[in-house]
Amino acid sequence: MSSRDLILGRVRRALADVPDAAEGPAGDGSAYEAAVDRGYAREHGGRTPEETVDLLAENLADYRAIVHHCAAEELPELLARLLAARGARTVLAPPGLPPHWLQAVDATRVRDRAASTPHELDRVDSVVTGCAVAVAETGTLVLDGSADQGRRRITLVPDHHVCVVRVPDQVVSSVPLALGRLDPTRPLTWISGPSATSDIELDRVEGVHGPRTLEVVLMSGE
Amino acid sequence: MRVALFLTCVNDTLYPDTGRAVVKLLTRLGVEVDFPAAQTCCGQAHYNTGYRHQAEPLARHFSDVFGTDAYDAIVTPSGSCGAMVRELYPRMGERARAEGRGDGLARRLAPVVAKTYELTEFLVDVLGVTDVGAYYPHKVTYHPTCHGLRSLGLGERPLRLLRAVKGLELVSLPGAEECCGFGGTFAVKNSDVSAAMGADKVRHAESTGADVLCAADNSCLMHIGGTMTRLRTAVRPVHLAEILASTEEEPLS
Amino acid sequence: MSGGAFVGMPAFPPFPRAAHEAVRNTTLRANLRHATHTIRDKRARAVAELDDWAELREAGKRIKDETLRHLDRYLEQLEESVVRAGGTVHWAADAAEANRIVTELVRATGETEVVKVKSMATQEIGLNEALEAEGIHAYETDLAELIVQLGKDRPSHILVPAIHRNRGEIRDIFREEMGAWGRPAPDGLTDTPAELADAARLHLREKFLRAKVGVSGANFMVAETGTLVVVESEGNGRMCLTLPETLISVVGIEKVVPTWRDLEVFLQTLPRSSTAERMNPYTSMWTGTSDAQTADGPRAFHLVLLDNGRTDTLADEVGRQALRCIRCSACLNVCPVYERAGGHAYGSVYPGPIGAILSPQLRGTGSEIDASLPYASSLCGACYEVCPVAIDIPEVLVHLRERVVQGGEVTRRGVKVTLKPARGHAAERAAMRAAGFVFARPGALRLGQRLASRTRRFHPRTLPGPGRAWSAARDLPKVPAEPFRDWWERTRGGAAQGSGRQEVSGK
Repeated sequence: MSSRDLILGRVRRALADVPDAAEGPAGDGSAYEAAVDRGYAREHGGRTPEETVDLLAENLADYRAIVHHCAAEELPELLARLLAARGARTVLAPPGLPPHWLQAVDATRVRDRAASTPHELDRVDSVVTGCAVAVAETGTLVLDGSADQGRRRITLVPDHHVCVVRVPDQVVSSVPLALGRLDPTRPLTWISGPSATSDIELDRVEGVHGPRTLEVVLMSGE
Repeated sequence: MRVALFLTCVNDTLYPDTGRAVVKLLTRLGVEVDFPAAQTCCGQAHYNTGYRHQAEPLARHFSDVFGTDAYDAIVTPSGSCGAMVRELYPRMGERARAEGRGDGLARRLAPVVAKTYELTEFLVDVLGVTDVGAYYPHKVTYHPTCHGLRSLGLGERPLRLLRAVKGLELVSLPGAEECCGFGGTFAVKNSDVSAAMGADKVRHAESTGADVLCAADNSCLMHIGGTMTRLRTAVRPVHLAEILASTEEEPLS
Repeated sequence: MSGGAFVGMPAFPPFPRAAHEAVRNTTLRANLRHATHTIRDKRARAVAELDDWAELREAGKRIKDETLRHLDRYLEQLEESVVRAGGTVHWAADAAEANRIVTELVRATGETEVVKVKSMATQEIGLNEALEAEGIHAYETDLAELIVQLGKDRPSHILVPAIHRNRGEIRDIFREEMGAWGRPAPDGLTDTPAELADAARLHLREKFLRAKVGVSGANFMVAETGTLVVVESEGNGRMCLTLPETLISVVGIEKVVPTWRDLEVFLQTLPRSSTAERMNPYTSMWTGTSDAQTADGPRAFHLVLLDNGRTDTLADEVGRQALRCIRCSACLNVCPVYERAGGHAYGSVYPGPIGAILSPQLRGTGSEIDASLPYASSLCGACYEVCPVAIDIPEVLVHLRERVVQGGEVTRRGVKVTLKPARGHAAERAAMRAAGFVFARPGALRLGQRLASRTRRFHPRTLPGPGRAWSAARDLPKVPAEPFRDWWERTRGGAAQGSGRQEVSGK
C-alpha cells in the first residue's frame, strides 16, 4: 500500500465517529460556507477613501516604513530625490515600471533578467516598484509579480526598496478586502514595513535579511 | 428565597469560618439558607486528576443531595467547585453519552447545573445587590482565582462587592490574573513550579502594601496562605465571604 | 515513543524533574519572564484593536473543524491543485519516511547543503540530523534557529526557539561559533539587538546567495488553489522560498484549509496572536512552480505531506482539537508554568500548553516525559483564553490525564490499541478510590473530619514523605476546632434565632 493510501485510510478510520464525514462538503462549497459562519467584519469601522489612505500611512509609519505623499506629476522628481538622498548609484526597475517614473533619476538603471544571479542583485543599491494592493488596517503592501513589480527576489535582495502606491485606487481597508482583489495563482508577497525580528527577547528590531529601508510613496491623481 | 449552601469539602473540613460567614451574609440579606448534611464532595479533584469515572458517583450523589425542588438555588463560596458543577458536569454527561452510555448521566445532573451559583454571582445577579452592608476597615487586594475568572466569568462582580464595603481600601494586585499555582494535585505533582508561582503571587500581594489578600476560593487561599506564613509575609489571606459578612456591629477581627 | 517518530531525540526526564532544575536557574527565569511579559501585554493590545476578535476566533475554529472532519477530501483536493500548478506531492506516514523522501530529493539535485526556513514540522521529524547523517548540511536561517544551531542547543519556544537566551548570551554564541559555520561575527560585536541582527544578516547572506535547495514548512495550504503560505518576519523565509532552484516543503496534513478566502481569518489572527503585530513583515504565497519565462522562484517544488501521529490524534474525539493549532505560541507566552519551567522541560519541539497536549498525542503516552506532560499545568485556563482557534487545552489535558491513569482505547500508527493504566499512579489511584469511598458516605466524612479536629493540636505544619511536596514550600492550614457541619448541626446555622454573631465573629 502506498503511504498516500495508508494516510488517507487512517484519516477515514479516524473520522468513523463523525456522522457526516463520509458525505463531504457540497461541490459548490455552500455547505462549507454555511458551517463556517463568517460572522466577522469585512472591514473595521467606516472610513472615507481619504481616511483609509491616512490610516495606511499611519500604520506603515508605525512599523518603520518611511512614507511620502505626492501627486502623479511630482513622482519623477520625488523618486530622483529619494534615490539621491540614499546615495544610490544603481537602481533596479522591473520591466513594466512606467518609464517616466525614473526619468529624473541619476542612478544607473539595472535591468532584471531571468538569468540575473542573486549575487548581481546583491550589488544593486535600490529598487523601485509599484504594488498590487495596499491594506490600510495592517499597513501592508502586496506585490503580485506584475510587470511593474517584477520577480520576488528584486524586492528582497537589495537593501533599499521604494514602493509606489496609487492612492486611493490601490488601497483597501482590510485583509478580507485585499484577498478578494488578489489572484492566488500569482506569486504574492505581503510586506509590512522593513524586515524585522522579535527573536531577541521577544522585542521587535527592524533590519534583518530583507531590505532594511522601505520607502512608500502614496501617489495620488493619476 | 431558599438556597442550599454547597460549602465544598475543603471549606467544611478546614474553613468553617467561611461557611459561617456565607450563612450570616445570606441570612442578613433575607435569604433562607439550608446546609444539606448529606453533601460531601463535588468530585473536582478526581475529575481533574484523570479519574472521571470515579468522579461520576460523586456527581450523582451531589445531584441527589442538591437537585431537589426544595431549593431555589445552590450557592457555593468556591469558584472552582462552582465551575466543576456548571462547566464540567455537563461535559461528564456528554462524555458518558459519547461512550455509548446514553444520556442518563446528563439528565441526572441537569437540575444542579442550572441552579448552581458561585457566591458573588448569586449576590450580584440573583439578589441584585452590590452593597451588602459590610464594614471592613482594612487595606485589601483581590486575587481573582482562575476558575472563577475564566470558567465562570465572574468579571467585575467581586470587585464591585468589595468597592461597596465601608471602610475598605481596595488596592489593585499586580499580575492579578496570573494563577497562584495551586491547581489541585498540580501543587504536589509539580510542587517546584507551583511553589514558584505561589511565591510570585505572594510577592505581588506584598508589593501592594495591603493587610489582606482576598479571594473567593479557599483552595487557592490555602496555597497562598501557606506560602505567606512560610515566607513570613505581613499579608493575610481572607475569603471574600468573610469580608462581606463583617459589619460595624459584628466586625471580623 | 512510537517507532520512527522523533528520531534522534534522547530520552527526556519527566516534566517535574526537568522543571526542578529550571525554576532554580535564575538567568533562565529572568529571561523567560522578561520575554513573555513583553509579548503578553503587546498581544493584548493588538487583539483589542479588532472588535470582532471573538467572531474571528470562532470562524478560525470552525474552518479548522470543518477541514478536519473532511480531511481526506481536502488533502486529495490539495494534491490535485498542487500537481496542476506544477508541484510534486509526496506522502510521509512517519518521520523516517519524510526524512528519507527529503534526503533523496536533495541528493537528486547533487547538492550537499540546503537553507532552511524555520519550520516546526522539520524539527519534529529531526530532519537536520537525518540530512547530516547523509552528508547534507542544513543551515537554519531564522535568527533564533541560528542561535540554537550555533549554540548546539535545543529550541525552547515555538516562535522564538532561543527565548531562553538573553542578548548577552547570544552575543557570546555569535562571537564563539559563527566562524566555524561561515563568516565570523564582526569584531567588537556588542549585545545590542540591532547589531546582533546585523551580524546574522552578514553571516547568512553568502549562504542565501549560493543556495540551490531550500527547505521549508508552511503555515497554510489552500486546497482549492494549491497555494502555500509562509508567514515570517526577517526575510530569511523569502530568501529560501525564492532564490533556490528547488524548494521542498514539509507540512503536517492538518495545515490544509479549504478555500483562499479562509486566509482572511488566519492572516488577521495569527500575527496578532504570535508577534503581537497587526501584520508580520513578510508573508509569501506561492502556487506550484515558476515557469522559465518569469523565472520567479524555484523551478522544482516538492510538497511532503506529513502524518507522523496526526491521524492518531485525529482519531481521538476530544484530543483532535489540538490539530486546529496554527503554531502562534500565544499559549506559551501566557502560561505561568511555561514561564517558570522553560521550554526544555517539555522534552519536545512543542513546548508549553500546546506541547503538553500535542506531544503525548503525536508520540503516545508511553515515555516518562509524555506521561508527565498532561500534568504540567495548573489548569488555569489562560491558554484557552488566548488561543485564536479556541483549543480548550485544559479539557484535553484532563482527557489525557485520564488516558494516563485509566488507560483505554487509543489509536497508534493507525491501529486501535488498548492502553493499560500507567504504572506509578497506583498509590494515587488507591487514594482517589479511598476518597471516593468516604465522599460517598457523609457519615464516614464526618468521622474523618472529627478525628482531624480532635487531634489538631498534634498536627505538624510540615509533612514527611510524599507530603513534603506540599510542605517544602507551604505551611499546612490549621485544622479548625470543629468542621462546619458540626457547627451547623449544633446551632442550626446559628441563624435560627438570628444569633449567629458570636460564631461568625469568633475567628
